[in-house]
Amino acid sequence: MKTPLALAITAAALALSTAATAQEPQRGGTIDTIIQPEPPGLVLGMIQNAPTRTVAGNIYEGLLRYTTDLEPMPQLAESWEVSDDGRTYTFHLREDVTWHDGEPFTADDVVFSADVFHRELNPSARAVLQHVESIEATDDHTVVFTLTEPFGPFLISFEAGTFTMVPEHLYAGTDFRNNEHNDHPIGTGPFKFANWERGTVIELVKNDDYYEEGLPYLDGVNWHVIPDGGSRAVAFENGTIDVLPSGTVENFDIPRLSAMDNVCMTEEGHEYFSPFAMLWMNNREGPTADKRFRQAVMYAMDREFAKDVLWNGLGNVPLSAFGSNARFQHDDLEPYDHNPERARELLDEMGYDGEEITILPLPYGETWTRWAEAVQQNLREVGINVSTQATDVGGWNQRLGDWDYDLAFTYLYQYGDPALGISRTYLSDNIAKGSPWNNVEGYENERVDELFNAAATAFPDEEREALYLEVQEILHEDVPVGWLMELGFPTLYRCDVKNLVTSGVGVNDGFKDAWLDR
Amino acid sequence: MSFFARFAQNRGALVGLVILLLMIAMAVLAPVLFPESPWRMVQRPFLPPFSQEGFLLGTDTMGRNVAAGLMHGAWVSLLIGLVSTCVALLIGVPLGAIAGYYGGLVDDALMRFTEFFQTIPNFALAIVLVAIMQPSVTSIVLAIAIVSWPPVARLVRAEFMSLRNREYVEAARLVGQSNSTIILRQILPNTLSPIIVLASLMVATAILLESALSFLGLGDPNVMSWGYMIGAARTVIRQAWWLSFFPGLAILLTVLALNLVGEGLDDALNPKLSRER
Repeated sequence: MKTPLALAITAAALALSTAATAQEPQRGGTIDTIIQPEPPGLVLGMIQNAPTRTVAGNIYEGLLRYTTDLEPMPQLAESWEVSDDGRTYTFHLREDVTWHDGEPFTADDVVFSADVFHRELNPSARAVLQHVESIEATDDHTVVFTLTEPFGPFLISFEAGTFTMVPEHLYAGTDFRNNEHNDHPIGTGPFKFANWERGTVIELVKNDDYYEEGLPYLDGVNWHVIPDGGSRAVAFENGTIDVLPSGTVENFDIPRLSAMDNVCMTEEGHEYFSPFAMLWMNNREGPTADKRFRQAVMYAMDREFAKDVLWNGLGNVPLSAFGSNARFQHDDLEPYDHNPERARELLDEMGYDGEEITILPLPYGETWTRWAEAVQQNLREVGINVSTQATDVGGWNQRLGDWDYDLAFTYLYQYGDPALGISRTYLSDNIAKGSPWNNVEGYENERVDELFNAAATAFPDEEREALYLEVQEILHEDVPVGWLMELGFPTLYRCDVKNLVTSGVGVNDGFKDAWLDR
Repeated sequence: MSFFARFAQNRGALVGLVILLLMIAMAVLAPVLFPESPWRMVQRPFLPPFSQEGFLLGTDTMGRNVAAGLMHGAWVSLLIGLVSTCVALLIGVPLGAIAGYYGGLVDDALMRFTEFFQTIPNFALAIVLVAIMQPSVTSIVLAIAIVSWPPVARLVRAEFMSLRNREYVEAARLVGQSNSTIILRQILPNTLSPIIVLASLMVATAILLESALSFLGLGDPNVMSWGYMIGAARTVIRQAWWLSFFPGLAILLTVLALNLVGEGLDDALNPKLSRER
């Protein structure tokens, strides 16, 4: 029921939003931003790390883009169809697209990129391509992907960073890694590569022939390389830098910087990655092998405190294994609230004898160290005998790879779909020594394996949802790992930079729509 | 003139002694005044000092009581200072004594070994040792001891070389005392006063070393120490000065006090050398 007040508010909000959209974008201007650390190269698909994705996502494009709700938007493909059996995907490409060197972009480029380039170089694209039986160009602007069986996350795999389109006419038949064009990337995107002064700046300039009418508004984007975190914060403070992509300043500087005049902050633009902080718990041995102990750890931790105090209130405390940006999230589970009483009961019930366990913090800086201290204190307060072991990154990788730990901090990307970013943590055939990124905790549950495997290839989405809801109930009860937080990765920018974050990967492809109100 | 009277002649030393006793009192009283763990998050974060009863020195980035951390940290700092100095003496004194007493090849061998340690910068070696052994109170004590024994060995060797041909040593030899008896019973007691003075300064250096290691994040993650407090506060120094100020002051006072006491001991133990006052 709407009250007059609510009506008034709605009306006001509508008026405001029309006012905002009515503002005419201005052309021109160059944005100075930060890239941290300096990427090793700019050819997407060949190089997968985060800084490469951030810069090159504005040079290269994928077939699709994704909204902040991870719904597909047209990019190089202007429309697409999925067959009724979920096995055939037909993409209709735009016909007015040219590469930065003037050559037209055609279906052959798509087939080459997917079938040759990514199959050879790109492990994350390969994981998707293993479900693909054939890729065919039926005409110059139509590509058909035929899958061996339905694969739920297929349509979310076409993000530029994961599945970029590379020019066939420059790469076909060459040694990809030593191709001369690697130093001067040629894409289809809104910005062209101009210049790279190693250790100083990467300059992108406007693509005047860009196919989307009127875009981009900016004349260019300069990505500055400033190795010291304090200096990056100062560069933003004194106005040299307009945009700080997430992760470029230390967490503890964010409250100070975001409180400055004319500084805006958004938490949007990381939905595709949606980093999920977890506590590995060794399911193989020691007290952590007991489900009740793991539940006690969940009840003992004050996760809201960690969010408010350590992460400046940004982020989200998850209910269970699926984060809020994951599809098919179960929202009707009993939350593991901070409940030391319940934790003590569970420990009594299992007869915990005070055996000492250790915590391995993530050696990624101050915030993670403080977080481990807070969790250690939380656990001590319910009577768990716990101590912390400090390591460096190498030691942390090795200890996790060797399963030599009790509790350990980590965070993982979710990549928009449970079959890409979540199931890998719980599937028993993903248990293998030597990697800190697989099923490190050693959780084995046949039913969970069945459900995850069935859900990845089920079709349509309603079928998948039922399977994923059941799996979440089992995981919620078993607590194979501790679910700490979905991290907020805020982007800070001057408020006169408009329309910066328009997709689920934020500034990685956001400068296309951005404009300066100066 | 009694030992203490000679010591007290040096006013600075008296002040140092008082400060040092205060620090020891802090360390001993910590579990009485703040029975709860200093890691406990007890109030809202960033409470400034003197703003709320019960939190005289405010709270840190996570709402932990700074005063509790300071007092528990006194225990850790003093303990590590003392124990690592004792370990360093246990290594340095025997080596120096043997080298100085026997001379010749033994001396050469031991001194080359000592130089091996002396040529590596102290702090760099300590960092490497702690990183290899995993940060813990034991590894920190060992690392500090390993980097600080060479000066002890040098000092003891020099003392032994000057004493080994004294008449009372030759007399002892004549009556057939064994080498070990001569070293332990005859010479060593006569070298004690410089060792004590050196040791008091070594405690100060050890406290500084421990603080520096903790500041860099190589402290024992399970104990609250002054260096850790400063290291953790470094990132918020522009928002919360008190988090680094108070532990910094504690380190300054303790190290100063130990130096003053060392000087006083020097005066008291070597009255002939002491400056005219």
